[in-house]
This record gives sequence, structure tokens and C-alpha cells, in this order.
Amino acid sequence: MRAAGHRFAAGRNWLGAYVAAYLVFLYLPVSLIPLFSFNDSIQAAFPLQGFTFAWYGTLVGNSALSGALSNSIVVGVAAAAGATLCGTTVAYMEIYGRSPLAQAVSMISRLPFLIPGVIVGISLLIFVNLLGFGPSRLAIVLGHILVALPTSVLVMRGRFASIPRSMSEAALDLGASDWVTFRRVMLPLSLPAVGSAFMLAFLMSFDEFIVAFFLASTEPTLPLYIWSQLRFPKSLPTVMALGTMILTVSFVIAGLAELLRRRGLSQMTSRPAPAGPFKP
Amino acid sequence: MPQDALLRLEAVSKCFPGGVVGLDSVDLDIEHGEFLSLLGPSGCGKTTNLRVMAGFETPTTGRVVLAGRDITSLRPFDRPVNTVFQDYALFPHMNVAENVGFGLSLRRVPAAEQKKQVAAALDMVGLGDKIRARVAELSGGQRQRVALARAIVCKPRILLLDEPLSALDAHLREYMQMELKRLQSSLGMTFVMVTHDQTEALSISDRIVVMNKGRIEQIASPAALYDRPATRFVAGFIGTMNLLDARFVGRDGALLRYLSGDLPLELSADANALATDGQMHTIGIRPEDLVANPQAGAATAPAKINSIVFHGRALRMHASTAGGAALVIDAPRQAMQPAFDVGDIVHVSQRPGASCVILAA
Ligand SMILES: Nc1ncnc2c1ncn2[C@@H]1O[C@H](COP(=O)(O)OP(=O)(O)OP(=O)(O)O)[C@@H](O)[C@H]1O
Ligand SMILES: [Mg+2]
Repeated sequence: MRAAGHRFAAGRNWLGAYVAAYLVFLYLPVSLIPLFSFNDSIQAAFPLQGFTFAWYGTLVGNSALSGALSNSIVVGVAAAAGATLCGTTVAYMEIYGRSPLAQAVSMISRLPFLIPGVIVGISLLIFVNLLGFGPSRLAIVLGHILVALPTSVLVMRGRFASIPRSMSEAALDLGASDWVTFRRVMLPLSLPAVGSAFMLAFLMSFDEFIVAFFLASTEPTLPLYIWSQLRFPKSLPTVMALGTMILTVSFVIAGLAELLRRRGLSQMTSRPAPAGPFKP
Repeated sequence: MPQDALLRLEAVSKCFPGGVVGLDSVDLDIEHGEFLSLLGPSGCGKTTNLRVMAGFETPTTGRVVLAGRDITSLRPFDRPVNTVFQDYALFPHMNVAENVGFGLSLRRVPAAEQKKQVAAALDMVGLGDKIRARVAELSGGQRQRVALARAIVCKPRILLLDEPLSALDAHLREYMQMELKRLQSSLGMTFVMVTHDQTEALSISDRIVVMNKGRIEQIASPAALYDRPATRFVAGFIGTMNLLDARFVGRDGALLRYLSGDLPLELSADANALATDGQMHTIGIRPEDLVANPQAGAATAPAKINSIVFHGRALRMHASTAGGAALVIDAPRQAMQPAFDVGDIVHVSQRPGASCVILAA
């Protein structure tokens, strides 16, 4: 008994060390960026030279940067709206309609997960050229809808599947058509997930590089701007300050999305209030 | 067949993908204003039957006819039928009044009229004071009643209830059974209730449909079901019944005489039962219709008591006859003079005036 307990404890220690190593590997490089963004030196190297906010100052009044930022936001919002709309529709048809066709469509829409970004980028470039409008903001939006669609479908699908079937059946039973059932029961019950899917899709678009790289014309998105700045060693600290801010915003949005998703779930599974003493 | 049934199922079958048979050629007439229960073991097709009536399942074959109109292919929202779901299915993002008013709001009932009807429906189920409550604040029993109000406020031709009381504790359940019965008769509405609780079905139904493996075994009033079960399955499912293999030995006016081993049995044949001498039948007789006598008599068969169980007003004896047949006998406790013991030989006879029944396979 005792020996087994020891072995178990030892195993737990190893597991702990493994997890710690994993976390360090995952987050140490990322944490270097905020670290150097406050470093009073143009080189990203140790030892640190002292604390400064100067690099953040260089972000202000940079018109190329603010152009790229607003570009990214416009593209992100448009792509997130498109992906959320498509994702909601596809997931709803799969869970509610349950036809083999809807299931096939849903599976196909989740497939881009497996297609390398380079391939998506090149094929979309050929496609938008064939369509005639070529590389543009619209092209990036379309590309990012494709990139974010699997996530939207997965989020919305999980949500719709967690709503008991009797909920939509009760609406139908009381006289609601399919559309009214969606609008008055299923959609309100999944609104938190819609918000969550939208934010995640926005994040994916906001952070996406490779597809935007192929599809951008003269208006770069933020990741493209950062990449273009890396050619100038002098602007490295500015890039790190920018990167830190992007990281912060990303974490906040992802946290909010997860919060929303969970809140929706807990509302769904609320049990009956404890029955008080029985009074007819 | 007369055309006056409210709802008629004609040879309705439902096969699910994968070959599971949910319903197997079900014929059923539901009359105006009756309280009908669908009773049967788990998986026998009760819920499937109810869902076919509600429109959630389309029959593989057969027709559903409501008041003379074929509604087989109508969607749920086009049927004047409402359902109380087993999990109540209240909308968590609406309060009690909005839940109950949901059906009315879709029927374009004017707002003032809606309010009046919602309040009336909630009063009817005793929740008039909960009109503004959120669903999450309600107890299980209260949710059940809101679900009931939400359905009856739509004035359905038929109210379908899928095990409406199964989630309630025993005390509340008994009370709600009487409430359901009271509601049903005061509204004059037709109720079809699924249950697997025979006591519940027997105590509140006008008629009971006993189902087994997707088929209807018998449709009868509670008393008729208890007194004259038609099949072995029904006899075994409703209460306790001795199932005895017996040989037909003759007819005596309206009485048919049988012999099960040494035990003579008689039953009054209201139908022109065409039994021939020597024919074997399965005979059902209730434990309370058997008497354990201390002395042998003209129409008794000896049996050895294997166990005696206290059963409230009766003592239930399990005994076996010389021929090896197992008997269950209920003896009123006062009448146990002298008291029997396990291992005693008693002389079993049919209680005078009691009848038994012939059971189909
Ligand atoms: N959607 C479905 N797909 C496949 N099989 C189904 C489906 N619904 C029901 N069945 C099967 O049909 C049979 C009848 O099911 P049904 O739900 O009607 O039983 P029930 O009498 O209501 O049982 P319970 O008392 O357990 O609720 C069962 O064997 C069940 O597994
Ligand atoms: Mg059921």
C-alpha cells in the first residue's frame, strides 16, 4: 500500500516536472517579447539595460501602423461576422436538421483545419484572380472566413448539441415554425456561444499571417506590417512593444470568449430549485 | 368502423434506422374527453406512440386521423395537439408568464387577451403567484405545473403527457395524479398519458392501453384490465396473477370447468368460448381468489407452503402443488385460523364466486 503510494507520489512529481517544462517551452519565448519591449536597448539581448516606456511611445503617431491596425480590425470584424454567420447556419442545420447533406456540409466546413495555410493562400490567390478582383481586403476577408469557419462551426455545434432536443420540440409543439423556433428559442439560448464564436473568429483573423500575405494588395494587415518592419533592425523594439499589446488584447478577447461560452453552458444546465416543504 | 373517434391510429408502424421497431401495426381509437394511459415496460414504444401523435415522428406505414382529417404528414406546429414533456422543456430564457404565453403569442392572440388567459391557466394549476418568476427559481413540481399550463392554454384537442410525474417524489406524485384527473375532467379535455407505473395508470385513467414490444396487448378500463386481462403479458404486468396450465373438462351451463393438476377451476364464459374436452389453456387467477383450507374438501388440491410474506391486510403464501405448479395465495389475516406455517400442507380451492380468465399467449 505504502510503496504504491510512494510510487504514485513520485509519478506525480515527474508529471509535474513534465508539465512545467512544457509550459516553459510554450510560454518562455512569448514572455521574452514583453520583457524586451520594456528594455532600454535596441538589441533584444541580455543583460537588460534598464526600464523604459519609450518603445511604446514610438507606436503613437505612426500612420503606417495605425493604417495596418484599422485594416486588421475591419478585416477581422467582417471575417468574424461572415464566419459566425456561416458557422451558426452550418452547425444548426447539422444538429437540428439532421439530414445527411447537412452533416456532410458540416464536415467539409471543418476540413480547412487540415489544409496547410500556404495551400489555402495560393489557391485563394488563384481563385480571386480568376474571379477578377484579385488581392484586396475583400480577398483577405474571404480567406479569413475560410480560416475561422472550422472554429465557428465547432463552437456553435457544441452549443446547439448541448440544448436538449425537447427545447426545440416544445417550440414546434406550441405552434412555432422552424424559423420562429430558431429565432425565439434556439438563437437566444445560444447567444453567448455566438458572441464567443465571433470573438474567436476575430482573433484568428487578427493574428493570421500567411493567407493575408498571399491576398493582401497595398493595404497590409497588422501581422504583415510587423513582418515588413523586421527588415529594419532599428524598429525591432517597436515591434516588440506592438507585439506585447497584441498579446494582451488577444488574451483578453480569448478569455472573454471562453467566459461567454461557459456562462451559456451553465445557464443551460441549471437544475430545479430545491423543493421546499410540500404545500399543495 | 364508426367515424366518431377523436384520434385514430390506423395500422401505424414505426421502424427506426438500424432496424429497431418502435411501433408495430398499432390500431387505436381515442374518444372525446377521455383520459387514456399508455402503459408498458421500458422500450415498448409508448414514447414513440406519443411522438407519432404529436408529429415528431412520421409513421413508416399507417395513418393518423384527427377528427376525420388525415394528419399523418402534418408537422407538429400544424396539429391542434400539445405535449407536456418528460423534462418539462421550459424555456430558460423566458419567465413563467412568457413560457405560458408562448403558444398564444404565435397565434396572434391580442396582448390583453393573452395576459388574461395566461393568468387563468396559471391559476388553474395553482401558480397564480409565480407569474413573474424565472424558470430557474421553480421547484420540479412547479415546473411541471408550468409545463401543464403552457400546453392547456393553447386549448389542444388532445393533451399528450410523457411520464409527466416520473420526476416527482412519491407524495407529490400522488397529489399531482389527482390534480391531473381534476384538470382533465373540469376542462373536458382529452388526455393521453404515457406511464410505466401501473398504479398510476389504474388510478386515474378511463382506459388503459397496454403495450409490449411495439404492439398493443389490450385496451380496456382499469377494472376490466384487472379482472379480465386478455394475454399472459397483461396478466403478468398488472398486479400479480397465477398463470396455470389447465385442461378443459366440461361445461356446466355458463360455467367452464378446468382442471389444473388436481386443482379444479371454473370460469364464467360470457363469450361463446368453443372449448373442447381435453383442450389445454393458460388460466389466470388472482392470489386473492385462491383459498388455503386446513382440511381437504371436494374441490381442493393439496399444496405445500414454501414461504409466507406479510402483505398488509393479507398474508401472501407461495406454495407448490403436487404437480409442481407454483401458486401465490393471498389469505386475509383474520381468517388465518388456525395459522399456517412454512412447510404445512394446505388444501387450495378457488374462492366461491370468483372467476378466472383464459389468457392468450
Ligand atoms: N430516435 C430513435 N432512433 C432509434 N431507435 C429509437 C429511437 N427512439 C426510440 N427508439 C427505440 O424504439 C423503441 C421504443 O422506444 P420508446 O422510447 O418509444 O420506448 P418507451 O416505451 O417510451 O420506453 P421508456 O419507458 O423507457 O421511456 C426502443 O427500443 C428504442 O430504443
Ligand atoms: Mg419513454
